[in-house]
Amino acid sequence: MTLSTEPQRYLAAQIRWQPVEIAFWLATLLPFVLTPNYLVLASQIAITALFALSLDLILGYAGIVSLGHAAYFGFGSYTAGLIAKWGWGEPLTGLVLAAAAAGVLGYVTSFIIARFRHLALIMITLGLGLLLAEAANSASWLTGGADGLQGVRMWKLFGVFPFDLYGTAAYSYSLVVLFLAFLVARRLINSPFGLALRGIRENAIRMPAIGAPSPAHIRKVYTIAAVMAGIAGALLAQTTETVSLETLSFARSADVLVILILGGAGRLYGGIVGAIIYMVARDQFSGLNPQYWYFWIGTLLIAVVIFLPNGILGGMARLLRSERSRA
Amino acid sequence: MSVPALSTRGLDKSFGSLVVARDIALDLPQGERYALIGPNGAGKTTLINLITGMLKPDKGQIFLGDQEITSLKPDERVKCGLVRTFQVNTLFPHLSALEAVTLAVCERRGYAGSWWQELPAYGDAVEEAYAILVSLRLGANCYRPTHELAYGQQRLLEIALALATKPKVLLLDEPAAGVPQGESAELFAVIANLSQDIAVLFIEHDMNVVFRFAHRIIVMVGGRILVQGTPQEIAADMRVREVYLGGARHG
Repeated sequence: MTLSTEPQRYLAAQIRWQPVEIAFWLATLLPFVLTPNYLVLASQIAITALFALSLDLILGYAGIVSLGHAAYFGFGSYTAGLIAKWGWGEPLTGLVLAAAAAGVLGYVTSFIIARFRHLALIMITLGLGLLLAEAANSASWLTGGADGLQGVRMWKLFGVFPFDLYGTAAYSYSLVVLFLAFLVARRLINSPFGLALRGIRENAIRMPAIGAPSPAHIRKVYTIAAVMAGIAGALLAQTTETVSLETLSFARSADVLVILILGGAGRLYGGIVGAIIYMVARDQFSGLNPQYWYFWIGTLLIAVVIFLPNGILGGMARLLRSERSRA
Repeated sequence: MSVPALSTRGLDKSFGSLVVARDIALDLPQGERYALIGPNGAGKTTLINLITGMLKPDKGQIFLGDQEITSLKPDERVKCGLVRTFQVNTLFPHLSALEAVTLAVCERRGYAGSWWQELPAYGDAVEEAYAILVSLRLGANCYRPTHELAYGQQRLLEIALALATKPKVLLLDEPAAGVPQGESAELFAVIANLSQDIAVLFIEHDMNVVFRFAHRIIVMVGGRILVQGTPQEIAADMRVREVYLGGARHG
């Protein structure tokens, strides 16, 4: 690829890998060395980060607010869990199948999603999420209902690494999948399609007036985000060898929204940073007094929205800019 | 005579008992510059909304060349070569001017659905967008976010976005709205210099500009076309004078 001209060089500079990004991904390896006792938590963080990344694609880039994103997470989770329960415990193929299943669900529902915006959209995503959670609850012959899906037995990863209590395999597996999904998301965001998504977020009214079929774009990104959420759900099922109704719950949809807003929507790393802060804080606070943990999250959320309207990453970016202009 | 670039037949539209368009028939020949004038509330912007598909007419037909487009969606009409700008800036505030115009070019070239290659790889689209911006004297500011551009530059970006779709027919809704008089002449010089392949219909309140740039003028009052003709005919028309000077028949 030759970048002959100034405009191309400018656009290429915008999407170049920054040193801080490389440092960030290297730092994700630190838990293996520094906190080997917390690898289970680390893998949960990686899974939540992937889930938040998938929400970022639709919320942060295309401006689609969803209160029911757990539908795809839970659907992927149950698919992966059931495949393993029915005797095929190989993780990678299970992951692919769960991704495909969530993608199909995402594609089907995207036809409804693409027709609405704003409050109607929030209500529809909420409704879809509740619908699926209740369906899973009532189909207890399949899902185990409120007891959760029992009897999920995963085979060793690549036939070598078992998913054990220490979480070494779990974190390695989740981290690699997260990183690969991140590469896909990064590429998508920097593509012409990603530009079209930002166009929808910036001005949905102008899009048809420049010949853009916004509903088609929304259906596509919604399906991709559903696949990614399904992968996150499948990872949770495989690494914990159980699936509970909580994977489909409204609380999970709300949590992931909070995580993304905390970290900063529309910044790719927002969901990941949000997941780290949220999960570590929950781990620490709930150790102090478990019943009041949401009190602190509520406080944190209000403070961030008031003082850092673009999330923690948005605040840091602003700080950097003002430092630079002062220098 | 060749087929007009744009024509409408018997367009009707009402909101309840309020008639905003009644039996609108117009022909815009290829490459011509027509002005659409009339007092506030005459239905000028409504007519543009009807023609571009942002409003559905109750009755009537719209043709682009010899193709009927009455039932097409707004984005499909743009693909056929019919594009508009907005009276109030309707831009992408946090995209740079270059990104915004590149987006429009990508949509036209069919790149906008592809997500496996990064934007700089589509050099042809970026180059075309940049060339459009340079031709509208926005080249030096094209890397700045839209919301940081001066108001007059944002008005030009409105036109740049429309041009990026390679239109056959361009509908300009008060392109110089809010621009100081000195700069509005500059803006209309840009419009006058557009390719002769593009037919232009523009709404404008400044009569000096209208009489200087329009080949023909369409006068709307109360959702109807009152009269259309050459600038000389319109200047001499008693009914038009009455509307503008008498003010007795506001729509």
